[in-house]
Amino acid sequence: MSAEAREPLNREQVAAVLAGRLERDWIVNLGVGIPVLACDFVDLDAGIVLSSENGLIGYGWHAPHGHEDLDIVSPGMQYVVLQPGAAIVHHADAFGLIRSGRVDCSVLGAYEAAADGSFANWTPHADGRTDLGGVGGAMDLTQGAKRVWLAMFHTTPEGAPRLVERCTLPVTGGRHASLVVTDLAVIEVGERGFELLEHAPGYSVEDIQAVTAAPLSVSPSLRPMPV
Amino acid sequence: MPRPERYDSAAAAVADIPDGSSILVAGFHAGVPWNLVQALYEQGATDLVMISTTVNRPLLDEDGRVTIADLVLAGRVRKVIASFTAAPHPSQPNAAEDVFRAGGAEAELVPQGTVAERIRAGGAGIPAFYTPAGVGSAYAEGREQREFDGRTYVLERGITADYAFVRAQRADEAGNLVYRRAARNFNPIMATAGRCTIAEIDDPILPAGSFDPDQVHTPGVYVARLVHIAEGRIEAPRRTRRSGRELDLDAPEDTGDAS
Repeated sequence: MSAEAREPLNREQVAAVLAGRLERDWIVNLGVGIPVLACDFVDLDAGIVLSSENGLIGYGWHAPHGHEDLDIVSPGMQYVVLQPGAAIVHHADAFGLIRSGRVDCSVLGAYEAAADGSFANWTPHADGRTDLGGVGGAMDLTQGAKRVWLAMFHTTPEGAPRLVERCTLPVTGGRHASLVVTDLAVIEVGERGFELLEHAPGYSVEDIQAVTAAPLSVSPSLRPMPV
Repeated sequence: MPRPERYDSAAAAVADIPDGSSILVAGFHAGVPWNLVQALYEQGATDLVMISTTVNRPLLDEDGRVTIADLVLAGRVRKVIASFTAAPHPSQPNAAEDVFRAGGAEAELVPQGTVAERIRAGGAGIPAFYTPAGVGSAYAEGREQREFDGRTYVLERGITADYAFVRAQRADEAGNLVYRRAARNFNPIMATAGRCTIAEIDDPILPAGSFDPDQVHTPGVYVARLVHIAEGRIEAPRRTRRSGRELDLDAPEDTGDAS
């Protein structure tokens, strides 16, 4: 490896990479955490519609400082801006949109992502308590959306891998994640587990494998993440 | 037309709520009936069942606002039904979680879309329904499941409650409500599911007939009590955010008119 700069992506850069993979005319739900930051980078001219659990259909970027409207807020409590053609529905109808399969892509944050596509994002504890957690809309989204992607940090702050063979935390269930975007890599999750599609600039396959607790296969078209 | 009772203060609007009541609390960041929750806290009712999308964090000691978590900490709550009952991360502890862990109150954790649909169902006279949310997770274990067209669903019960606390931007004397933007969220469905729905209104209450009937979000027949808080109103906390990048100031003009 050359002396190329080696920095993990920051949250906004991860969000931008994820936004760049969204496809024309998709209806997209961006979850709390890194995913919702992608609203600043989504190509709204490509017909992508951002919809949220709390009933915003057709929002866009974060409101500029001083222009925040406290009633135009994402589920992650970010003030956003409605786009021309936006509509507002109540919570039950917002989830009707989700459950009925109209959302093309749900991007969720996660504590863990597993090579079998399962993921864990509703409780940080493996204590067996199903009464305590922050499930939010994740279980509805993962059942209802056409596809589920995850956007997360590759490791815990202590450096432990979050991409694992099997989840150690209780799984969220539902449709399996097909793509994981992290600060180090873009990874497809398929029949054969994790496949490395993109790497953070300066990171080798070995670097990424070293912090991934499941085998990585490597895409023949492996490339650097576009940052 | 039936007219809801008008109250001069949130305290008066919640004064007769007895111990043991079940109460729906609307809002999600926006549209939270903060003034009614505060008045409930000061009123003293106990042994409550609180249903909301989140128990929130305790805020009383932080900024003076009262959340369901504050009611839990005060020992006033028997049970909560919510989609957020605990801290999302160990680094952000929520003192209410300690009460649940110690058995001081019961928590029922429910997926958010399921909470919403249970309330819509309850308010629409539907006792139960099937939904896919939770299938494949520990949530669905021990719940009745059934297959329809090759997919598995979980049986869920509709929710009604003794009271519903809602917040709207505007109301007329007939109790018709109009919400603003994402402050709508749980408000319209909770308004239908409370046996006594109490609405706190931001703007002065308008004469009946002020709204085009086509533009009413919650018909007044669902609303039992109206209170416009003219002074000292508690508003949503404002969250400041570090900007991720220079933002496009060419945002579409948003006048804030609800209809």
